[in-house]
Amino acid sequence: MQTLVAYVENKPGVLNRVSSLARRLAINIDSLTVGPTENEAIARMTIVAHTDEKGAHRLEASLEKLVDVRLAENVSDRALLERDLALIKVSADQQNRPHLMELIKVFRARVVDVAPESLILEVSGAVEKIDGLLEVLRPFGVLEMARSGRISMTRGGDLLRPPVSAPSSELAAVDSNLK
Amino acid sequence: MKLTGAEILCESLTRLGVREIFGYPGGAILPVYDALGKSKLHHVLVRHEQGATHMADGYARASGGVGVAMATSGPGATNMVTGIATAMLDSSPVVCITGQVSSKVLGSDAFQEIDITGITMPITKHNVVVSHAEDIARTVREAFVIASSGRPGPVLVDITKDAQQASAEFDWEASAPQLPPKRQRTNHDPAEFDRAVELLNSAKRPLILAGHGIMVSGAMRAFEQFVRAGNYPVAMTLLGIGCFPASDPLNLGMMGMHGEAWVNNAIQEADLLIAVGMRFDDRVTGDLRTYAKSARKIHIEIDRAEINKNVKVDAALVGDAREVLEKLTPHIVTRDHDAWIRHIAKLKGDSAVRDIQSLPDTGHLYAAHVINDIWKETHGEAIVVTDVGQHQMWEAQYYHHNRPRTLITSGGLGTMGFALPAAIGAKFAKPDAEVWVVVGDGGFQMTMSELATIVQEKINIKIAIINNGFLGMVRQWQEFFYDKRYVATPLVAPDFAALANAFGIRGERITKRAEVVPVIRSARESTETVLIDFRVEQEDSVYPMVAAGASLSDMIRRPNSPLVETATEP
Ligand SMILES: Cc1cc2nc3c(=O)[nH]c(=O)nc-3n(C[C@H](O)[C@H](O)[C@H](O)COP(=O)(O)OP(=O)(O)OC[C@H]3O[C@@H](n4cnc5c(N)ncnc54)[C@H](O)[C@@H]3O)c2cc1C
Ligand SMILES: Cc1ncc(C[n+]2csc(CCOP(=O)(O)OP(=O)(O)O)c2C)c(N)n1
Repeated sequence: MQTLVAYVENKPGVLNRVSSLARRLAINIDSLTVGPTENEAIARMTIVAHTDEKGAHRLEASLEKLVDVRLAENVSDRALLERDLALIKVSADQQNRPHLMELIKVFRARVVDVAPESLILEVSGAVEKIDGLLEVLRPFGVLEMARSGRISMTRGGDLLRPPVSAPSSELAAVDSNLK
Repeated sequence: MKLTGAEILCESLTRLGVREIFGYPGGAILPVYDALGKSKLHHVLVRHEQGATHMADGYARASGGVGVAMATSGPGATNMVTGIATAMLDSSPVVCITGQVSSKVLGSDAFQEIDITGITMPITKHNVVVSHAEDIARTVREAFVIASSGRPGPVLVDITKDAQQASAEFDWEASAPQLPPKRQRTNHDPAEFDRAVELLNSAKRPLILAGHGIMVSGAMRAFEQFVRAGNYPVAMTLLGIGCFPASDPLNLGMMGMHGEAWVNNAIQEADLLIAVGMRFDDRVTGDLRTYAKSARKIHIEIDRAEINKNVKVDAALVGDAREVLEKLTPHIVTRDHDAWIRHIAKLKGDSAVRDIQSLPDTGHLYAAHVINDIWKETHGEAIVVTDVGQHQMWEAQYYHHNRPRTLITSGGLGTMGFALPAAIGAKFAKPDAEVWVVVGDGGFQMTMSELATIVQEKINIKIAIINNGFLGMVRQWQEFFYDKRYVATPLVAPDFAALANAFGIRGERITKRAEVVPVIRSARESTETVLIDFRVEQEDSVYPMVAAGASLSDMIRRPNSPLVETATEP
């Protein structure tokens, strides 16, 4: 599994270009999240892909060839903070509820909705943690689940910022040479 | 100044230096055609939109500039798909402009509405829908920049009919391209550069693999200086042909599936391969597990995605070929490779005896002879545009190009039907050049309707049909790998000379070797287009051949005995 972070133009069709590229390279995407950044023109993606280092290089370099991608970087080898968020609807009757509540505490999940026959839990954290919680919830009966997909950030001073300078002078030179 | 979107488009194209547009009209692009009529742009009416894209492509490849094709929405746009893909795979800068239904009905399955940007997403470098007149000038400028910068490629601009009709302020200064900023990668990793220099100066058996990127970069002079500095032998890819003169003793010829035997052997024996602007296509490498095992590799390449894609390299210099070569050349100190070069010359000598040129004259007409005669008669100075198949490979082997951009051929997609329209485009790019089409009887029948375009535009090109009565290249595979079961490869054709006459073009038919040179001479003397139907040996094959996926060392060679006699009905 390889993790890439990309800064892309925040406009329609860009997600399609990115996913279409992965499809063309025959790279299976495990999760792809996209959201706004502090700059409203730019969106940030975290792409988790079933591929090896070579495939990730190809994906990274090909992504950067897309006009609407400002930067793409394979961060798999870097110190990463990774988060996934899950909402899990689990069946819960009077009998098993106390046991369930204990587990929830251990995994630092929260109960965000209570109904007579079920609870909705919210849990965030590393993927393994959520997978672990799911494992122990299964015997109770997982009725429904929604996961956000992974978002990742390199730790500490290892900054990954989008380029925001004016269009490169190289391209301006191409424009003035046409004729 | 207030103009309609259609007028803004024409004005923008004019300012970008466009003279010709290859296109075909229809409802959704009619406002633009109306504006075209009032502009200084020359519109070339094609007979099929695929032809328009190949013409724009041929124009781009011959000139080094951007070619422009135009079509209406729906079927006009979808007819462009093959031509766009052809340009994409060979990194050719083409801008396609399509009309689109009005933005108010977009998404409603309106008449002739098709999602052409969706369809062409994987086969364009970029594409975009424009639905406001005020965005047209900037978008078209951006399209030209994208098409021609970095690794070039096709760009499609889909303009809605209401955007063509609406009025907007035209301000060229204010419509400069506004492309998203990119991370500037530091291309020349110093450690990588030092490693490359060390490899160059320690190699005993170096060999350059010269590709299309040299032409794209305009690096011919820098490349020659690099070659001379290191005294390196040069092998070319199909699309690299012309980047270095064939007449130079250091130029060995083409590599790969139908490359020269001595070139492939040299690749397998080399201790250093210096790949410049080429992408190690599978037609070039054969089986990767056995490819150039004793060689270290340096890759000079503008596209990071090509590094280590097919062949793992020891030093990757990412950047424009000219810039990298200019930086590299002063560091070359070792240039004594005479023993290696003598060794390759010996390999070459061993091959010559098998060459079809050396076979006794059996009275039959061979394609190789025809092409070699065209080469001699045109002094290697013509622009030759080939189609796809056996004749394409014979052209690469027997027409020796000395100048860049004089072989125009579809390499990556291998698009039959490319040659005739691409040659029309090339002729518009280089009106003073002698342009020859070398095409098979199969591929010619795919786009021969463009003969009418030639007549309407009164242009002068020479068309050599290498007519073997078969889909020759496929027949060859059937001969070698399917026990001569010729399924769907024998091919009926019209009388091409008579067909040419019907279009108002002079047509000739040649069946004997002695007639070849005279007909070439008389065709060259004519100031009009001439079509020559060369009835060649039907079951000749292209040698050497590395079967798909086989090792470069395993070449099928031309049998020493004269060819099997086959009936050629003239
Ligand atoms: C029937 C048939 C048979 C064929 N047989 C052969 C054969 O025997 N031998 C053969 O060689 N080919 C053969 N081909 C063609 C083959 O399929 C490829 O098209 C060809 O090898 C590609 O050549 P290339 O890598 O030089 O060019 P391209 O595919 O155009 O690649 C050019 C490379 O240069 C890079 N580049 C672009 N601009 C620059 C720049 N400014 N600076 C640096 N790099 C740059 C690009 O990123 C790209 O990687 C055959 C094709 C057909 C249809
Ligand atoms: C559009 C398209 N369809 C099919 C092919 C597969 N193909 C490659 S070469 C070839 C035969 C070409 O025959 P012809 O044009 O007569 O040329 P020859 O090989 O005989 O010189 C075919 C069918 C192709 N390259 N392009």
